[in-house]
Amino acid sequence: MTAKKTGASVDLSKVHNDPAVATFQIGYRQYLNAEGTLAADLPDFATERDTMVAMYRCAVLTRTFDAKAVALQRTGKLGTFPSSLGQEAVSVAIGAAMSAEDVLLTTYREQGAHFFRGVTLKEVFMFWGGDERGCKTSGPKDDFPFSIPIASHTTHAVGVATAMKLRGQAHVAVCVLGDGATSKGDFYEAINLAGVWQLPVVFVVINNGWAISVPRHKQSSCETLAQKSIAGGFEGEQVDGNDIIAVRTAMDEALAQARAGLGPSLIEALTYRLSDHTTADDASRYRAEDDVSARWKKDPLVRLRNYLVGQDWWGKSDEESLLGECKSRVNEAADAYLDTTPQAAEAKFESLYDDLPEVISAQRQWVK
Amino acid sequence: MPEVNLVGGVTMALSRALEEDENVVVLGQDVGVNGGVFRATDGLLDLFGDKRVLDTPLAEGLISGMSVGMAAQGLRPVAEIQFMGFCYSAIDQMINHASRLRNRTRGRLTCPMVMRMPYGAGIHAPEHHSESTEALFAQIPGLRVVIPSSPGRAYGLLLAAIRDDDPVVFLEPTRLYRAYREQVDDDGKALPMDTCFVLRQGTDVTLVSWGAMIKETLECADTLALDGISAEVIDVATLKPFDAATVLKSVEKTGRCVIVQEAPLSVGFASEVAAQLAEHGLMSLLAPVRRIAAPDVIVPLAGLEQNYIPKLDRILEAAREVVAFS
Ligand SMILES: Cc1ncc(C[n+]2csc(CCOP(=O)(O)OP(=O)(O)O)c2C)c(N)n1
Ligand SMILES: [Mg+2]
Repeated sequence: MTAKKTGASVDLSKVHNDPAVATFQIGYRQYLNAEGTLAADLPDFATERDTMVAMYRCAVLTRTFDAKAVALQRTGKLGTFPSSLGQEAVSVAIGAAMSAEDVLLTTYREQGAHFFRGVTLKEVFMFWGGDERGCKTSGPKDDFPFSIPIASHTTHAVGVATAMKLRGQAHVAVCVLGDGATSKGDFYEAINLAGVWQLPVVFVVINNGWAISVPRHKQSSCETLAQKSIAGGFEGEQVDGNDIIAVRTAMDEALAQARAGLGPSLIEALTYRLSDHTTADDASRYRAEDDVSARWKKDPLVRLRNYLVGQDWWGKSDEESLLGECKSRVNEAADAYLDTTPQAAEAKFESLYDDLPEVISAQRQWVK
Repeated sequence: MPEVNLVGGVTMALSRALEEDENVVVLGQDVGVNGGVFRATDGLLDLFGDKRVLDTPLAEGLISGMSVGMAAQGLRPVAEIQFMGFCYSAIDQMINHASRLRNRTRGRLTCPMVMRMPYGAGIHAPEHHSESTEALFAQIPGLRVVIPSSPGRAYGLLLAAIRDDDPVVFLEPTRLYRAYREQVDDDGKALPMDTCFVLRQGTDVTLVSWGAMIKETLECADTLALDGISAEVIDVATLKPFDAATVLKSVEKTGRCVIVQEAPLSVGFASEVAAQLAEHGLMSLLAPVRRIAAPDVIVPLAGLEQNYIPKLDRILEAAREVVAFS
């Protein structure tokens, strides 16, 4: 089926008693455009060197990790891996905006956010390397494991937010999902509840243009994915997801709103998946190389680095030492992962029940 | 001691659990003001307020998924799915998340939730309100599947399910909801979820069942007794994990077994019971194991519903056959 082009035209000639019982609008937010020029007045945190440099460092670490993970997979030393190349800014900004008591629930492509929150490089290598010991992550204790079934975690997020609200805690559940995920019923069920119960939850839709081979315009004929929040009865906005300042500002505001008991929000972050969907995918089957190279011109890391340089906060030697540091941290983690002795066969019986039923425990002997 | 029917046992357990643990939260469609369509949550909103008894929007995937989120936060959500026929979008959550959250985080997060739902045929309900698909859940590692068949067991097993630190699917046979009353002490005592219940001792044949079919199975034992045949009756009660040992021990004594299920025959839970006997009880058997089940057809509408539910006569005939076999 060929999808309708976005920018839907609506027949306005129909006669209504009241032509506008409800009206909505969706805003777009950007501070640093691709050329590095300022598109708006900067928020306060953007004038703090430490805040900005910390986010940059984590974004570079994430990209370094990414390259290593792909290289390990290509040489048979890691399983399938979902690269976040080109999406590091939005992910890191989400992690950086949250407090430790907030709860993060994501899909599989948010390494940046999880690293910022304390998940270790080795744990992520272990998981994608097929070792469950990577599941015991070091991030905040209530963060969820990322969800591979698309959009199913949106309902967990509203459950977490319900618990927070029932307890009167000023904490927030942050749910990160993809553009493809917005087509699932789970997502609508979750935003609907979030609106009705005014839950402390922030939905961040990472619109990276693709859901494997399906482009954004075949996913939905809505002009924006942000406007889907309207169906849930709350506000949504679009931000430039490759502008870390825009994402961070939108996150700060959404978190403050939720913390104040003023309900949920939705942020659609526009970015682009520069890599294949995963290492098992070949994106050249469905998209043109030219399209991808055009997107490299909007690389979020270059934009952020230019900003830091422009503020006189960052120079050539800073960059070199950061790259060296990231490389050695990633290599150390990879070595530690590769050196780990395999789990005992019986490990598959671990953490199945609080108290493993005897009838299942007896099956251990099958796998000795 | 109060006299309650099965649905009353459920309500009593919910009330006790809400009372004893502030983390227990009841949620679902129409569970608040309306007290649930079967009245299982009747009165709970008045007693515990709208922070403990939550009316949700109409979305089963949401109800199960948000329960996972709430449970991970340390609450003990007891979710009601209005009818088992509408639980299938919730199965995604039970298989992909609830059953494996503990495993997926190596114990960092747990999922102490209960998903309750009415199930089974026999109450003249509309299409989609009468199936028995318990075997779907009994396949899933990480879950417990519990089915009470008396008011007392509804009370004790539901308390156990709510207090358990892992997810439990709790199936309530609608045909027994108001079948009879018995005295149930509201003493807060849970029943074990790792054992079958031997409802009647016997020596000639073992009758195994669960849920609403326990009614016909007990009637069968009564009738056989008139002929001098002594039947042992076992209520499986917890299908996962399945306490096969109790069944095997009984068959060691009787040498014969008839398994009675309301669900269609093929690949139902009766097949698991029969397989356990074939693997571990062969030397005890004096006769072939028999399964009495519904035919492999879609549950008919009310007109043919009674005819669909396995009849006492079929159970009796199978029991007599195995006793006569040797
Ligand atoms: C429910 C479900 N259906 C299908 C899949 C297979 N699948 C994995 S990723 C993916 C695309 C997801 O796209 P999007 O939500 O945009 O996230 P992105 O991969 O772009 O980060 C699909 C179809 C899945 N994991 N879960
Ligand atoms: Mg996408």
